[in-house]
Amino acid sequence: MSKIKTENVNVYYGSKQALFDVSVDIAEKEVTALIGPSGCGKSTFLRCLNRMNDVIEICRVEGSIKMDNLELNSRKLDVVRLRENVGMVFQKPNPFPKTIYENVAYGPTIHGIAQSKEEMDQIVETSLKKAALWNEVKDRLDEIGTGLSGGQQQRLCIARAISVSPEVILMDEPCSALDPIATAQIEELIDDLKKEVTIVIVTHSMSQAARVSQKTGFFHLGKLIEFGPTDKIFKNPDNQQTQDYITGRFG
Amino acid sequence: MNLILVTFIILLAFTSYYFGRKKALVIQSSQRLTALPKFYGYYLAAWCAAPALIIFALWSVFEPSIVKTFILQDYTDQNLTKNELQLIYTKVKALAAGTYTGNITNFLDESANKYIQLKGIANSAKVAIILAILIFSLSFAYRSVQKNDRMREPVEIFLKWVLFVASLGAVLVTIGIVFSLLFEAIRFFQAVKIFDFIFGTHWYPAKTFVRDGQPDPELMKDAFGAVPLFAGTFFIAFIAMCVAIPIGLLSGIYLSEYAGRGVRKYAKPIIEILAGIPTVVYGFFAALTVGPFVKEIGNAMGLEVSAESALAAGAVMGVMIIPFISSLSDDVITAVPQNLRDGSYAMGATKSETVKKVIFPAALPGIVGSILLAVSRAVGETMIVVMASGLAANLTMNPLESTSTITAQIVVILIGDQQFGDPKTQSAFALGISLFIVTLFLNVIALSVVKKYREKYE
Repeated sequence: MSKIKTENVNVYYGSKQALFDVSVDIAEKEVTALIGPSGCGKSTFLRCLNRMNDVIEICRVEGSIKMDNLELNSRKLDVVRLRENVGMVFQKPNPFPKTIYENVAYGPTIHGIAQSKEEMDQIVETSLKKAALWNEVKDRLDEIGTGLSGGQQQRLCIARAISVSPEVILMDEPCSALDPIATAQIEELIDDLKKEVTIVIVTHSMSQAARVSQKTGFFHLGKLIEFGPTDKIFKNPDNQQTQDYITGRFG
Repeated sequence: MNLILVTFIILLAFTSYYFGRKKALVIQSSQRLTALPKFYGYYLAAWCAAPALIIFALWSVFEPSIVKTFILQDYTDQNLTKNELQLIYTKVKALAAGTYTGNITNFLDESANKYIQLKGIANSAKVAIILAILIFSLSFAYRSVQKNDRMREPVEIFLKWVLFVASLGAVLVTIGIVFSLLFEAIRFFQAVKIFDFIFGTHWYPAKTFVRDGQPDPELMKDAFGAVPLFAGTFFIAFIAMCVAIPIGLLSGIYLSEYAGRGVRKYAKPIIEILAGIPTVVYGFFAALTVGPFVKEIGNAMGLEVSAESALAAGAVMGVMIIPFISSLSDDVITAVPQNLRDGSYAMGATKSETVKKVIFPAALPGIVGSILLAVSRAVGETMIVVMASGLAANLTMNPLESTSTITAQIVVILIGDQQFGDPKTQSAFALGISLFIVTLFLNVIALSVVKKYREKYE
């Protein structure tokens, strides 16, 4: 089942074009990995999917991005609603300078999801449990989120993202600031989450892409070079550039 | 004479810098240098200038008092008081300079000649000693250069001491100011009870004026009550903050979060121009424009309004403070990391929700700091109050009446005729030190608040 379908997406930063005719079909409840060398446009593409490029003044997006047949690249789109449905986890853990509880409750509060304090407590607990953080923080929910370790902070950000029950979660190199143990925990978490959520993950680590994803897209110089099942991309790619990148000949 | 001497020392130091560097290059041809050639130059220059200048400074400090002692030795048998001796010395100096117009006695004439003679000796001795020191220290330093001793360390140590002396100077000046305030204030409190000063509710120093002798202690009792001044100071500062905090903060938030690059580029400098307007201009703006305007509006509404009202002064002071708050809070808000904004937007928060729930709390320590800074600025502001809020120290909480502040009263006390040693004059020092304590207190609170929040948010 297709969840997000893009056609001929072009992105410009001022006069510089960052993405060229990207057309891709992202399947529901699967993990899609985007790989490629630095500056190849994979993060730019990811940010198109929840309209985070709106924040950048000089950025312009062209083409069609459809999620469940809803056109995302449209002036009429309610960005607030979209971002409730499409969560995001960033490269550097960025919990708010608030308590752990407030961090997770942030989304439900601004979207008016919880009707009562009990319901909110429930949401916070489930989100933290899904993010595999509950056992570590359940006794100190009123401590500041920025006081946690890097890996815990990133799981807190994942808990924050899933607190509003999004259908899609975008992850922009979520493990690049973490140590191997924390990385393993996050990867395990991604595996659990994909039962309920569609995940698009940008990563620099090809082994990570191979471990967690079902589909992989290879970007180079703003173009989507190849897209397909992860097994095929890593074992038997069609394109010579993909082959070279996978085998470490460049990038 | 002194100017020529100092110029000579400095020129010599420059010359020795170039000489030292050149010498290093010569040494370089035969052996390895211990430091870059410029350090050889610095070394020579430092040895040339520092000892000579230090001796010169010490000499200049002590010479006058030594000469004075010599002159006044001749008068010790006359049983004169300290003030009389001082007067005689002033006369002698004036006579020596040729500006004395009184009766010239033989004795005085003799002293003046002795003074001129002493000065001459002192000057020649000074030049001789400084030249000797220059020759000695330069030859000492030159020998080390020749021996190719370590050059870098002594220069670094020398620089450390230069920096130390500079900071010591700043600290000593501060201490000196505080103590001069303190001593005069103590003398004031010998005449007026500290209790009457702090809790008295009447400020009317002119009442204590008497032509001769000491003023009546009963009158003193309720002429120097500082309560109306403290109340007025904080009242006007409060009005000012009521104007400045909302406008400054909101414009700071607009500039940092909402304004496009074009708007920001022009709006920020324009707001900062407000900070560059001299306070005296604000003062007559308040006195001639805002004051009468407030009075007219008040009269139209049937209120009794004084032309010089606390409201006018406070409002204009608030306008003056807007750029402080707006510019500082703009800076601290801009400094909030972009990834916190991204995190909030990615959750589907709107701009205003992001500002209110994430950015404002994260920037709060800086904002509180800037507000407290603005408060101490408002408390210390003088000119606007002097010009726009009258000088009568009324104890009132009505913004439409005139009132006065500590700073304005200090101005009133110290302009025009005053006598030193008069309690009226000394009261200015007492007010000064209380104002100093108040602002010091505000700054300490500001720092601790900022620190507390910073711990919480980092």
